[in-house]
Parts: sequence; structure tokens; C-alpha cells
Amino acid sequence: MSKLTPTPSQTVGPYYSIGLNWLITTDLARDATTGERIVVSGRLTDGDGAPIPDAVLEVWQADANGRYAHAEDTQDKPKDATFKGFGRVPTDKDGNFVFTTIKPGAVPGPGNSLQAPHILVALSMRGLLRHVYTRIYFSDEAAANATDPILGLIDEPARRATLVAQRAKGAAEYRWDIAMQGTGETVFFDA
Amino acid sequence: MDIVGYRRIVPGTQPEYLHPAYTSSVKRSPTKKLVQLPHTLTEVTGPMFGHDKVGPDDHDLTKGHAGAPIGERIIVSGRVLDGDGRPVPNTLVELWQCNATGRYRHANDQHDAPLDPNFDGAGRSFTDAEGNYKFITIKPGAYPWRNHFNGWRPQHLHFSLFGPSFMTRLVTQMYFPGDPLIPLDPIFNCVTDARARDRMISTFDIETTVPDFALGYRFDIVLRGRDATPMGM
Ligand SMILES: [Fe+3]
Repeated sequence: MSKLTPTPSQTVGPYYSIGLNWLITTDLARDATTGERIVVSGRLTDGDGAPIPDAVLEVWQADANGRYAHAEDTQDKPKDATFKGFGRVPTDKDGNFVFTTIKPGAVPGPGNSLQAPHILVALSMRGLLRHVYTRIYFSDEAAANATDPILGLIDEPARRATLVAQRAKGAAEYRWDIAMQGTGETVFFDA
Repeated sequence: MDIVGYRRIVPGTQPEYLHPAYTSSVKRSPTKKLVQLPHTLTEVTGPMFGHDKVGPDDHDLTKGHAGAPIGERIIVSGRVLDGDGRPVPNTLVELWQCNATGRYRHANDQHDAPLDPNFDGAGRSFTDAEGNYKFITIKPGAYPWRNHFNGWRPQHLHFSLFGPSFMTRLVTQMYFPGDPLIPLDPIFNCVTDARARDRMISTFDIETTVPDFALGYRFDIVLRGRDATPMGM
């Protein structure tokens, strides 16, 4: 069968909110959803350290059992029908973003490996001609993170820390900042 | 579980992140080498939206107000296909645009052109079982931007699609045939492969033009294709 070249990506531009805001979802869990409620917040900055106010994060994650609300997840695990796993989260005028969800369970990785709990992120903004992918891991999963097959692909161990959201003492609140450039540049994936 | 990944991008057919002619990319594009991400269960799954999300008139941007918007009414339709040419059914398509004068309904758009009280510029649609979608709208105006001296964006519609997984997510822009601003546009020209680039230009279509109502434009959208075999086999 002949292969078609995909349509090229173009930037969302500065006015994406006109078309995308109707589906803003910053609270992914319903009352009946099982799992630990968590809040993830952070700040998005550019190469000058300036906040980026016109960006949107789209997040995708498994439920607390480690199962995705998708037909291709055929794992023999219970599925939480109340959890869809998708969020669309804008940055505000100061580059800040925040969303509430449940902590995802572990899901399988390449081969027989197990991935540490994580959230996949697609980040779009004016200035990005194509969205970038990154991932959020959790600081209180140190043992799982240490053997995660994806974190292990990052050559410089210090850069792995850019993907680990830091849990506040005593609260189910995580801090995860995103730097597009600079010394603390977040790890982005060629997906 | 055997995971079938998505095909990697052929160089030149998608934009690089840093494209200096597009000024905003300079401080916002990654500078370090991206880490190659294998496609795991996380990547090959993605959100599925129900049709309940979209109302029966959401694909018609000329409706929803007391009067009709100013501008040339058009019908934009096409098919969403995967990388093997198969239709992508039941997928969400989102659309946004400026009005006929080239002005967006957005607080940050300071272009000195009138807003249209009868036009918001946002719509959405689902593809049918054969991958077809359709919008009714008005032709957007060209507008100036401050990227470079005397810079003008060609007339365009912003499109957003999901497809079957998080790897098929696509945000793109649709252009109109024969627009003299296209060859001058740094955003359009961020793609070096001419055939890939031309996928973003719609075609005028007399077959979908409705007599005494509106011109028809066709815009087929191709999402990323899939690898032939599972990884690790
Ligand atoms: Fe635009």
C-alpha cells in the first residue's frame, strides 16, 4: 500500500484559545474516580526566562490501575470507566498552569519492562511550529523512576530531573516547571 | 502486549523547531537534542471524544448570531486519512479563524480592522465513517503581523485534529489556492519538502460548490501512518 506524507504541522499561533478553549479540562477526575487526587502546577518559561502566557498543555495518562481509556489497551486489568485520562490546560498571563487529576498507575514499557507512573504531555504555543512531547514523573516514585525504561534513555542523569515533578511535603501537590531553553532546559522527546 | 508504533517523520516533511525566519521560534524552540521516544502503550493510545461533545450546528460558523457574518461564504470539506490512505472515522476536528476583515475575536489582536458582531470564528466537527468532515464559514481575511517588515499572513484556517492516538495529534493551517502571500510566508515555508508543503493548500472544487450559496474548497488531511510490524518482533 502506498504511503502518504502526513500534512505538515503549523503553529497554534497566539489566538488558539478561540478554537481550543471550549475543551479546556483542568480537572480530569470525577467524584467517583478511584485513585489519589493530585494537583500538578508549574510555570513555563522561554529562553530569556520570561513566562510564556499563550501556551497550552495537553496531557494523557492512565487511570489509577495503569489502564488507558482506549481500545488498544487490552491489559487484563480493571478499567475505571469514570476516568478518560485527557486534559487540556492553558498557561495564564504569568506562564503558570495547574491541573487536578489522579496519580496514574504503572503501565508496561518496551519488552517486559514496567514504566514508572507518568503523564505524557503535548505542548503547543506561538513560536512552536510543531508541538513538543515531554513527560511528567513523580518525585515520590524514586525506585520506579530509577528503573524506568524511558528515563533511562536520557544520557545526562541531571537532565532526567527536569521530568520529575516535586511533591510538596505532606500534600499531594507537585511542582513541575517547564523551561523551553537554558541550563535547566526540559527534556523534550522526538516522538 | 505487542505495540505497533507510528512511523518516524521523514526529514523536511515537517517543520524543524528552530526556524529563524519565524521570529517567535528563536526563544521558544528546544536547543538540546531531542531524546528519541519509543512508542509504548502510552504513546499509541489517546483520547477518544464522544459525539455528545459537538452540537448539530457547531460545524457552521455562520450561525449562532442574530445576523449573517460579513464575507464570502465558503464550504470547506475533505477527508481525514491515515498514512496508508485509509479514512480516519469519528475523530474530532476543531477549526478557528479570523473574520473577513482579518481580525480575530481575541483581546490581544490589535489589528485596526473591524470585528464582526455576527462572527466568532470557532467551529468543530466529527469525521463520519468514511473520514469526511465539513464546515460552513466565511473566507478569512489576510492580516498583518509583526514578524518582519510588511509581513502579512496569507488567508488561512487553523485546524486541530486528534486521530487514533496521542502520536497522531496534529495542529495545522489550511491555505487557499493562488494566494500571492503564500510564497512570502515564513510559517508556510517552514517545511522544506515542496510536496508536503502543498498538502496545506486547499483546492477549489466545483462539485462541492452549492449553487446560489457558497464556493466549495476541498482540504484532505493526512495523519501520521503506522509501522508495519510490532516493535520488538
Ligand atoms: Fe492565524
